[in-house]
Amino acid sequence: MSPVIPLLILLIPLGMFLLLGLLGHKMSHRMAGVLGTAGMGVTAVLAYITAFTYFFSGNPDFVDADTHVRLQALIFNHDWLAFTEKLVIRLGFLLDPISALLLVVITTISFMVHLYSNGYMRDHHGVWETGFQRFYAFLSLFSFSMLGLVVATNIFQMYIFWELVGASSYLLIGFYYTKPSAVSASKKAFIVTRFADLGFLIGILVLSFYTGTFNFTDLTSTEVAAGVYQINEGTAEGIKNIFATSAAPVFMGGSVLTWALVLIFMGGMGKSAMMPLHIWLPDAMEGPTPVSALIHAATMVVAGVYLVARLFPLYLMETVALDIIVVVGALTAFYAAMVACTQIDIKRVLAFSTISQIAFMMVSLGVARPEFHHGLGYMAGMFHLFTHAMFKALLFLCAGALIHAIGSNDYTAMHGLRKHMPITHITFLIGCLAIAGIIPFAGFFSKDEILTATMGHSIFWYIWMSAVAGLTAFYMFRLYYLIFWWKEHKVPEGHHAPHDQPWTMTLPLVILAVVSCLAGFVPMGNLVTWNGHEMFENVNFFTNLAALDWSVAGISLAVAIAAIVLATVMYKKENPLPAKFKNALPALWDWCHHRFYWDELYQFITHKIIFGCISKPIAWFDRQIVDGTMNGLAAVTNKLSWAIRGFQSGRIQMYVWWYLIGVVVLAAVTMICVL
Amino acid sequence: MDITILFYLIPSLFMFCCGLYGFITRRNMIAILISLELMLNAVDINFTVFNRFLFPGQLEGMFFSLFAIGLAAAETALAIAIIINVFRVSENIDVADVTKMKN
Repeated sequence: MSPVIPLLILLIPLGMFLLLGLLGHKMSHRMAGVLGTAGMGVTAVLAYITAFTYFFSGNPDFVDADTHVRLQALIFNHDWLAFTEKLVIRLGFLLDPISALLLVVITTISFMVHLYSNGYMRDHHGVWETGFQRFYAFLSLFSFSMLGLVVATNIFQMYIFWELVGASSYLLIGFYYTKPSAVSASKKAFIVTRFADLGFLIGILVLSFYTGTFNFTDLTSTEVAAGVYQINEGTAEGIKNIFATSAAPVFMGGSVLTWALVLIFMGGMGKSAMMPLHIWLPDAMEGPTPVSALIHAATMVVAGVYLVARLFPLYLMETVALDIIVVVGALTAFYAAMVACTQIDIKRVLAFSTISQIAFMMVSLGVARPEFHHGLGYMAGMFHLFTHAMFKALLFLCAGALIHAIGSNDYTAMHGLRKHMPITHITFLIGCLAIAGIIPFAGFFSKDEILTATMGHSIFWYIWMSAVAGLTAFYMFRLYYLIFWWKEHKVPEGHHAPHDQPWTMTLPLVILAVVSCLAGFVPMGNLVTWNGHEMFENVNFFTNLAALDWSVAGISLAVAIAAIVLATVMYKKENPLPAKFKNALPALWDWCHHRFYWDELYQFITHKIIFGCISKPIAWFDRQIVDGTMNGLAAVTNKLSWAIRGFQSGRIQMYVWWYLIGVVVLAAVTMICVL
Repeated sequence: MDITILFYLIPSLFMFCCGLYGFITRRNMIAILISLELMLNAVDINFTVFNRFLFPGQLEGMFFSLFAIGLAAAETALAIAIIINVFRVSENIDVADVTKMKN
């Protein structure tokens, strides 16, 4: 495959960022919006072409002709910084199943968001938001960084783009930089993820020190995958490769490889908002809603999942790290789902729902083992990433339409909107059905695969995750009813009733809703697997449904329906049931409503312990001891100078006096010494 | 009674001390200059005397004195010129009052 199209996929968003960033203020708002959207549209088409070529062309670069194994293909790989013979940092374009999948996801959502923002970033009178061009420039920057991240050929390139997405996320969360809450939210997001990236960096350094390479193709090649497979099957004597050296050294009870992988996962935890580093994501909702849809629901926050998936064969070598991922993911999923049940701000509900769903993907990767259904969990995680991106972006964009119409984030200000905003209502409902896992919407298939994979690993976590899936359905339908049902508010005199938004905003909703209906039928098992093998025989777009394992699917469907029924009973009309529920378990409700006091805990740890016990003494030491020494020296010199300045009187006779005294003293001393 | 080296050195020491005393205590710049000359001459005496008594066959001490006398003359001329200029500016040649160059 010629490198022109892949190169363009990266360069168009970058060029658009430079164009809009440097010349945006010279062009009209509409022009900037159209340019940004068109650029992203072209990028999306190119990404579709690339992905289609990769999956379906049968090109021998992409798929082994004999074994039908999908290969990792380096489209180009340019030496960027060559420090030593081994330490070379390259920039390139790696095409394999997951990067092709992510290309499609990112460009699709990004295009939708670009289109949507044309409507969202202006008010009802058509007045453009200040900084509109800047907004599009940042969106393009983000798209470029995210695309660069997923096609990274080596872990260092990934790290570079990883930081770039963090930076553009920071810029976009703080887009309304005159609002203090937005500023502090952007700071929080940056600091928390940066802290996590410290672990990531250490992990990268440890891993590359012991393996001697940054390249994904060396770290996770199909041969490595095959070797891992044999090890797990117990048939191979060992892998004769770079990992022989890295598995041996032991540090604090774990092999160096385990430590490296856990540290790398820490970076993923920060970006993907896993507990306990999740605290930045709900606050990140201060950004404009299209940003939340693009960055904090569909793409950037799944970077952690993508990272684990990217290094998956390595994780398989050290299943301890995978077990940690399962525990972290499962706890996060449950926690976030609980919190989502009690939030008032609709974007916060969606944010916690995002955390919960990403945790599903993490669990799915964590439970994936080659011996069970050929690594079903890996495929399921990627599948869920794909479907979740679609329906969560849809939900966020619906939320944006509601917020745009109502002017508030609280569901208490909404109620009964189904008659006023029918398109938003239907699309939101589709999104809810998809995330709840109702057949035949997208979420059903991916979640079903995840639960199947989890059951193959451990019954306990299966039950746990099924409960979380039930909670998911419950809180989403709670939100749905509170927004669209209940008795509507009276429209004040002189105001228009809320209504559906312009076509730039509704069209993305409709497209994403259609995708959410259909995405589940994509035969992901034949496209994306951890070792490139096709998972099922003779499964295609249409027979997917028939291949379901109904013993698992039936249960999860029943759980979801039960949860929806419960939500309907409690929230369809205004009734005392929720209040009763709340009063019955006031402590639980309080804890959930306050997000289990994580923010307060962090506040306590950072302000009281870190600032109070560490930073303050250090600041004191710096001011009193370090500065004090220097100030003291200066002060002593100054005082001494004042004291002795009288000697330099300019009176020559005094000088002679002192000289004489000096001579006499010296003479006396000499004489005493001689005698 | 032999004339020993002390017969020369003691008056020269006395001269030097007088010069030093005058240099330190006088306020008039001319007086200070005179005291300075006194000290120089005391030193010249010492040079010649040491040459005469310790190294009789040589003449370095004598020449040194001659040079010193020449230099002293030049220096005196310079000092007098400075003093005259100071007097023109401040109408005063008290060394304690010559403070114009300070600050």
